[in-house]
Amino acid sequence: MKGFWHDAAEFFPILMSGVALTIIVTIGSLLLSTVLGLIWAMMRVSGIKVLSMLSASLINVIRGIPIIVLLFYLYFVMPDLGVTLSALQAAILGLGIAYSAYQAENFRAGIEAIDKGQIEAAQSIGMGWWLTMRRVVLPQAVRIVLPPYGNVMIMMLKDSSQASTITVAELALQGKLIASSTFKNTNVFTMVALMYLTMSIPLILLVRHFEKRAGKK
Amino acid sequence: MIELKDVHKSFGQNEVLKGITASVQKGEVVCIIGPSGSGKSTILRCINGLESYDRGEISVEGLKVDRDASSIVKVRTQVSMVFQRFNLFPHRTVLENVVEGPLFVKREPRTQALERGRALLAQVGLAEKADAHPPQLSGGQQQRVAIARALAMQPKAILFDEPTSALDPELVGDVLGVMRKLADDGMTMVVVTHEMGFARDVADRVLFIDGGVIVEQGPAKTLLNQPQHPRTQDFLRRVLHPL
Repeated sequence: MKGFWHDAAEFFPILMSGVALTIIVTIGSLLLSTVLGLIWAMMRVSGIKVLSMLSASLINVIRGIPIIVLLFYLYFVMPDLGVTLSALQAAILGLGIAYSAYQAENFRAGIEAIDKGQIEAAQSIGMGWWLTMRRVVLPQAVRIVLPPYGNVMIMMLKDSSQASTITVAELALQGKLIASSTFKNTNVFTMVALMYLTMSIPLILLVRHFEKRAGKK
Repeated sequence: MIELKDVHKSFGQNEVLKGITASVQKGEVVCIIGPSGSGKSTILRCINGLESYDRGEISVEGLKVDRDASSIVKVRTQVSMVFQRFNLFPHRTVLENVVEGPLFVKREPRTQALERGRALLAQVGLAEKADAHPPQLSGGQQQRVAIARALAMQPKAILFDEPTSALDPELVGDVLGVMRKLADDGMTMVVVTHEMGFARDVADRVLFIDGGVIVEQGPAKTLLNQPQHPRTQDFLRRVLHPL
């Protein structure tokens, strides 16, 4: 046990630099996936057939490709096409795109859960599609969407570790580097696990809060 | 001001409107009665473009109703609708529900919209509920807010789609009272209803619809007291004397 605390003190600063990158990748891809997911969802419910089919097939393609392959593609294949991304950019882009499919389905479910009468009431006072969305549908859908959105945040935090495969020195990769140079696998990976857990717990509590709020109404 | 010419409408194989021709004059109160599934509500929903129609023509103040044209917004700001299930916005307060259209569709100045919103709530007897949220109100109160919301658009006519059918019996009177007052003030109203007493006392004209056609129409008292068509007679007998 004494050895663990000693190692912990020694490796902590390095691992913390990994934590910083983990947070950057998570927040970056969360924002990107939210924006993209909203766009896909809006296309899906727009009532315009071309847009809705385009969005549906896009979502299926994204869902059908493993995140890690998407990351490889962005980082290793794109340069051949003349687009060179830094590892961090590729990670945020890849995770953002991958998760946009799940976000889109979540948003769509939230939007479609809104009573049709609400939309008719909005139309009956002369609101167009966009105004109906902005003033009537989305504010009510948020409440429904938030608990699963919180779960996506937790999953993204953990899946940000996949960025290690394209050399982003986030928490998992830093852990692996230390472990392979010191052979202190147990201590290092225990620390890594604890650090992920520490970051997840506030999110888990947040989800619980969202669920309570959603259940109230 | 509202004209329907040979309007046809089908849902899939089921033709619900089989050539409806009717008109509503300014200041007139027209009640539409008939058995459920006869197409009453569909007529209303076609008038403000919530539903499309297949053939014929509907116009409001000379403006053709076409739900795919941009002019539909103009039609809807002139013809408000009150729904059976109120359809208030639950995430906004009562006052916000009322001023939503004036503020965001008609872009009226805020103070002016709020002032009129409060006045309308007072008119339907709910001034003190301005800051409540719809789920905190009774059905009758919610429907009165919905009427205030419709009035806030300063419409030329209001369509009522079975406004009292979802209410507890003891709350029906309040809503009908507000509607009667509107009629007295000269509002043009088209009301789909099962309240025969209201139709008799308030309506200028009654249309009896069955199977997607207007079976009989005429002045309210005449049609309700001395129906000519056997189907009207049969319907009224069953509605007025269910036992």
